[in-house]
Amino acid sequence: MPDTNPPEFQPSPPPAWVGDVTRVPYWVYRDKDLLKTEQERVFEGPVWNFLCLESEIANSGDWRATLVGQMPVVVVRDTGGSIAAFENRCAHRGALICLDNAGSDAKDFQCVYHAWRYDLRGNLKSVAFQRGVNGKGGMAADFRVEDHGPRKLRTTTLCGLVFGTFHDDTPGIESFMGSDVLTGFKRVVADRQIEIIGRFVEVLPNNWKMYAENVRDSYHASLLHLFFATFRINRLSQGGGLTVSPNGGCSVSSTFAPTEADDKAYSGMRSVDDDYKLEDASLIDVVDEHPDRIRQHIVTVFPNFVVQKTQNAMALRFFTPSGIDRTNLEWIYFGYADDTPEMRKRRLRHLNLGGPAGFVSMEDGCVGGFVERGIATAEDAASIVAMGGAGIESQPTRATEAAVRGFWSLWRRMVGV
Amino acid sequence: MSTLRIAELNAAYASAIDNDRLEAWPDFFVDDCLYKITSAENYRRGYAAGIVYADSRAMLRDRVIALRSANIYERQSYRHIIGLPLINSTKADGITAEAPFLVARIMRDGRMDLFATGVYIDRLREEASQLRFVERIVVCDSGHFDTLLAIPL
Repeated sequence: MPDTNPPEFQPSPPPAWVGDVTRVPYWVYRDKDLLKTEQERVFEGPVWNFLCLESEIANSGDWRATLVGQMPVVVVRDTGGSIAAFENRCAHRGALICLDNAGSDAKDFQCVYHAWRYDLRGNLKSVAFQRGVNGKGGMAADFRVEDHGPRKLRTTTLCGLVFGTFHDDTPGIESFMGSDVLTGFKRVVADRQIEIIGRFVEVLPNNWKMYAENVRDSYHASLLHLFFATFRINRLSQGGGLTVSPNGGCSVSSTFAPTEADDKAYSGMRSVDDDYKLEDASLIDVVDEHPDRIRQHIVTVFPNFVVQKTQNAMALRFFTPSGIDRTNLEWIYFGYADDTPEMRKRRLRHLNLGGPAGFVSMEDGCVGGFVERGIATAEDAASIVAMGGAGIESQPTRATEAAVRGFWSLWRRMVGV
Repeated sequence: MSTLRIAELNAAYASAIDNDRLEAWPDFFVDDCLYKITSAENYRRGYAAGIVYADSRAMLRDRVIALRSANIYERQSYRHIIGLPLINSTKADGITAEAPFLVARIMRDGRMDLFATGVYIDRLREEASQLRFVERIVVCDSGHFDTLLAIPL
């Protein structure tokens, strides 16, 4: 009898990455097998994954469900006050242990499927009917609950934010970020207690790495986002700079307040009209909260976390793949707990610049989709990432792609291509 | 104040947005209005921030100019289906009402999706025999927004 089964599908290994990080091959966004590799080597590799704010799990028994890459995890405040995190997957049949986004006052966790029970640190404590019923059924005599349980993360906190890692060799988060990026990070979140004032998810039609590049790409900002230029608020020739961590994966991009000096950096560019003026200038009514004249401050932490301050608006961004060409971008808007009512209102107004409807961020939602569609048949081709040279060193300009190259250097080392 | 008058206002509001007469959109609001787009969960938690937050009619006009002249997004349009308004209170200084909505988004390449559902939570006031929104809080049922939100809800 002839064999009618089709031959088993064998995924082909990713093609080689030819050359350096000034050329990024398009297969890195489209190869479905890569998602699994990235899960193992990046998200579960030697990185710190953002988990939640400490204030969200302030009391013992408070917990939050989130994702490490595509893996569901739970982060919990234990009875002793320490923070635990573990894979949100029952050791028995794999069901989610926690079904909601968050909860409080938990004494333990019990899987709904067969009532296997875990303590707040994710240790399996009991198995329903372990000894059977009326002497029949049950688990084998040598079954030990200590031998089973979800995978656990090592957690750390920095300025009220909780991070976790699965890898034994992940360096401390401060050295992972490097001292210069850490300084930028602390500028926004270190000195005052932060308070969540809004939370939204933007569903992006592109691979997660396109967004990781976008947040590191200081070159595109004043070219794609014409809001500031149209209203004569911000120019590329405005002072600023880019700092990249020694490992390449983290960065700070800064833009200083504009000066009066005339400049022609936009001459000949798309649609910059002199006639537009904001009717309500409260959108750009900035109060300097730091002695540095920085108005736009974007801090990235490899692989998928951003802290930003735009004028007086502040946000955390956290993005995870939900498929090879789909990314969930979570925006967590925050203020400081001791904000005056006036400052809080100012932040609410300035937040119009960010988020899914933001005057200077909405384009970031669609541009990844433009690339996805543009490269539909271009897996053998590569993009050009050569602005500002070939290196990943910090530069006193934003007309550079050094942080994008830095991202790819670290990604290549972890993924092994 | 009749339910019908508010329903007519909502119909005119939807017609202005869906037929690309965005310049008429700010005129549905009083000068010192509040227009905010948020999600049911943010609303329930009392989070003040919105993905759009405009506390003056001038900010609404600025947003229209930005959408016309500054922001980049693919050509798209909405179809609003707004349910019957429910009047919650009528007082000397105005009315509070709510109305459920569905918004489909139609992209230039023909893709058509249910983009948002939710409820408008409104405060209205009559000015020179014209009914206007003092406050329109757009409470979307889901906190997920596909790709971007350009045209107002």
